[in-house]
Amino acid sequence: MSFPEKFDVIVVGAGHAGCEAALAAARMGCQTLLFSINLDSIALMPCNPAIGGLAKGQLVKEIDALGGEMGKIADRTACHFRLLNSSKGPAVQSSRMQCDKQLYRLAMKEVVEREKNLHVRQALVDGIVTEGGKATGVVDNTGFFYSGETVVVTTGTFLNGLVHIGASRQSAGRAGEIASIGLADSLRQLGFEMGRMKTGTPPRLRASSIDFSVLERQDSDPDPQPFSFTTSRLREERLPSYFSSTTGETHRIIRDNINKSSLYSGAIKGVSARYCPSLEDKVMRFADKESHPVVLEFEGLETEEIYSKGLGNSFPLELQEKLVHSVPGLENAEIMRNAYAIEYDFVQPTQLTQTLETKLVRGLYLAGQINGTSGYEEAAAQGMWAGINAALAAQKRSPFILDRCDAYMGVLVDDLITLGVDEPYRMFTSRAEYRLILREDNATIRLMGKGCDLGLISHDNYNDLKERVREIDMRIKNLSDRKIYPSAEINQTLCELNTAPIRSPVTLHHLLKRPELKYDDLRVLDGWEEISDREVKRQVEIEIKYEGYIKRQLESVEKFKGLENKKMPPGFDYSTVPGLSNELRKKLSSIRPVSIGQARRISGMTQAALTAVLVYLKKFEKSGDRKVRDKQ
Amino acid sequence: MLVRDDTIAAIATPHGVGGIGIVRVSGPDAEGICRILFRTATDTNSLKNHHLYHGDIISPETGSSIDEVLLTLMRKPHSYTGEDTLEINCHGGHLILQAVLNEVIKAGARPAQPGEFTKRAYLNDRLDLSQAEAVMDLITARTDRGRAIALSGLKGNLSEKLQLIRSSLIEILTALESSIDFTEEDISSKPHHNISKDVEDVIIRVENILSTYKEGKLVRDGLSVVITGKPNVGKSSLLNRLLGERRAIVTSIPGTTRDFIEETINIRGIPVKLTDTAGVRKSSEAIEKEGIEFVWEKALAADMVIILIDGNTRFADEDFEVINRNRNKRMVLAINKLDLSHKITDAEITDIIPGVEPMWISAKYGDGIPELKEKIYSLASDSGEHMASDIILTNLRHKNALEKAAKLLAAAKDNISRNETSPELAAFDIRDALDHLGDIAGETTTEDVLDRIFSNFCIGK
Repeated sequence: MSFPEKFDVIVVGAGHAGCEAALAAARMGCQTLLFSINLDSIALMPCNPAIGGLAKGQLVKEIDALGGEMGKIADRTACHFRLLNSSKGPAVQSSRMQCDKQLYRLAMKEVVEREKNLHVRQALVDGIVTEGGKATGVVDNTGFFYSGETVVVTTGTFLNGLVHIGASRQSAGRAGEIASIGLADSLRQLGFEMGRMKTGTPPRLRASSIDFSVLERQDSDPDPQPFSFTTSRLREERLPSYFSSTTGETHRIIRDNINKSSLYSGAIKGVSARYCPSLEDKVMRFADKESHPVVLEFEGLETEEIYSKGLGNSFPLELQEKLVHSVPGLENAEIMRNAYAIEYDFVQPTQLTQTLETKLVRGLYLAGQINGTSGYEEAAAQGMWAGINAALAAQKRSPFILDRCDAYMGVLVDDLITLGVDEPYRMFTSRAEYRLILREDNATIRLMGKGCDLGLISHDNYNDLKERVREIDMRIKNLSDRKIYPSAEINQTLCELNTAPIRSPVTLHHLLKRPELKYDDLRVLDGWEEISDREVKRQVEIEIKYEGYIKRQLESVEKFKGLENKKMPPGFDYSTVPGLSNELRKKLSSIRPVSIGQARRISGMTQAALTAVLVYLKKFEKSGDRKVRDKQ
Repeated sequence: MLVRDDTIAAIATPHGVGGIGIVRVSGPDAEGICRILFRTATDTNSLKNHHLYHGDIISPETGSSIDEVLLTLMRKPHSYTGEDTLEINCHGGHLILQAVLNEVIKAGARPAQPGEFTKRAYLNDRLDLSQAEAVMDLITARTDRGRAIALSGLKGNLSEKLQLIRSSLIEILTALESSIDFTEEDISSKPHHNISKDVEDVIIRVENILSTYKEGKLVRDGLSVVITGKPNVGKSSLLNRLLGERRAIVTSIPGTTRDFIEETINIRGIPVKLTDTAGVRKSSEAIEKEGIEFVWEKALAADMVIILIDGNTRFADEDFEVINRNRNKRMVLAINKLDLSHKITDAEITDIIPGVEPMWISAKYGDGIPELKEKIYSLASDSGEHMASDIILTNLRHKNALEKAAKLLAAAKDNISRNETSPELAAFDIRDALDHLGDIAGETTTEDVLDRIFSNFCIGK
């Protein structure tokens, strides 16, 4: 029996990766089918009710610039806004929004449901169906077959999910939801190398049982900016956050009962992230720290549930109670949902190509936590990437790839497929070597043209952007044309601006390089023009102030591109290259880098080994030429 | 490093003092570099291919000539490497070649990696396919061995020092990056003035290493050695013997040498400038007294003295005086006339100047001369003021990398102390500095920094 319709793209899983994948594919004109085990948990935020954060904000902006949905939904549902690193340079500033968890989920559900070409279906997918090394569709747990040209799998923590609370273990995709076991088996049977990761979530507490009066309060930033270039208005309602911290008593409880933690009892085999340790891990590993921070965040406008960041653990419930109560302000706090740890299967992402298609099965794409990442934003970015590429493949168009110098998305995918993961992968700005040019503020400039080419951004929107870019260039040029001359009057003006006087004529462009001066400070000088577009003004300032650094970064980008453009032929045989260690030979053969640049980033790669590859590549090309000649 | 569209340069002739030496430049900027540095009767914009031009390599900063050279421009693909290539025939001598190479690098080339010309030749189809294996062996062997040799430096632990510098920089980067990527976390981040101080410390360490190159007389200026002793001990014979030719007039008449004779010899790649001096004796003659004053001055200014004593005569007052005058200098004490009967014992010498082991030689027949050269070399390379740090930088590539690193670190320090709000800019400079050191101290990846952050700080929700 076969489903009457054949889909271009089938997406398995409707979390943050799945929704972006399905929306991108559908919007590119593909008949798309989106599966969820439970339609009521589409785009659920099972952990922190927040979108963005350091480096993650950049990802959200990039998704938005390509025509994705995450930023728009966050804008519509956020009640607490922060610009992180606001005291530092623009390259490392990131937006973070706390959203109403239920509103977020419902807003995304509505968008996917209303999308033309997109079919949403509740079912438990149990297997990938393949024919001759190519995916042809999926089969659900009732044996029903759905035919598809391409399949994107975005299963999050559901593959063989196992929830740990103290000694208790339960098969579950998330607390209260069924795990996906058949699909994990199916992937194993197809020959994928799988691993096991661990993550967790802190308890949710009842707001009315918390004594907020003793806690430090943090309010939302006063002048928040949206993620999406399409958003004109944000919500009015605001929710505060509160700070507390663990105590000596908390730590004592943990130390006295450490063997009851599923993490320390040996029950958990999965690898957890070093940057996101559970509380017992923090206490045991950093024994000299007397206290760890706890942040209390509202999960939404119309709920009592409070997310207690910092209290994630895998202790049995009676101990969770004690732990929570040992924290100031939480002495009488009532737990509404307990903390838990969860283990799940992931596929080592070195088995993927640059499009996130698997090397093993053509037409099969993986995105999100199944690739060993963590975070909604990392998932959404991969989902979009995989969805776009699945759609392009279904339409027989050439793939969509961003380089490390184009976007954080490019860094993310390249890291995954080149280095693989040995703990849940989270994005950091320090992972992006070109971060000075990969900023939140220029995401649209970097990527909107590509989004337009894909059909995900309207021509009107793109034309507006081009107009804006023209204005930026014009304004910068004007500033370099406008000079001021040293005079008592001018220097008096400069003095009033708290900046040094000038001794020789300088351009306004030059003057604006001074860190203490903002564009509007120059309004008192001849030749200054009003810029009404806030974004244009910001770009003008950044481009001028960081000109030297940006130029240097662009120079290294040129070098980088040289190596990326040196392509490795797909059939290159590393076993014939002399001078390579067995380990490197194995890595190169399995990762199959597409370029010398990618080969260079493989861990353990040496200069000599790379030279060896380069020289044999030449030999390979020459012998290839000869073969062609021989045939003629 | 693998980008082939940059321009490389190196001294193509073997180390040491030869008749001529060749500096070879290959890459797209070769012709541009030629225009900057080469002055000749012909317009440098219209040099013919494969023609030999006579002219000067000048220093663009001063406009003065560094060397009179013969230069050939070979445009691609008709050159060894298949790229635009310059070959600059200079006068021999490490000094001159090094100076010319320095200018070439300032003009935009970078020092070539070992085997890199050959590698380019291969990659540009200038070598036969059958040579692939040979090239490969060459490159892998050279890279590994070259690195080992380069890292061991002249003496010891340059590599160790660079490793320490690298880990200090990773530590600094850790502090900066954690203040960027983990501001939400409860990290007690290092105050900026402390980081700035740490950067300063690294700069000083880098500068110290660099100064061994700048001041290091061994490689750049070579070593000045004065031969001194009483009359007729065989100083001129020794000079001739070390030189391998008859340069100074040798007679049995004491005081034959009245003026200084200076000649340069090559000991294991180090240019050693030898000065033969007049014999020291008590004299009432004004001119001779003056001359002897000069000898003391010369000896004082030299890096090292060879005190020559006649083994065939008893110890004289002059011998004592020569030794006493040079007591604090780096010295080789040589006893000549090994071939004749010995009238001096080692014990006598040790009594006069403890800790100095005399070397018996025969300037006339050459006995003990190789050992004497070896002694000069080892004294030169492991003692002395700036060499007290027991390392010396000889490799131009290393020097360049360190210079660039120092410059970037200075910018980073500036940034940290001036502008407390942009650690990402300082981090950028420090990463670039680490990249430059990567070639000699091993590459640094983001993982190295993240590892450090995660092990030092408690990160996470």
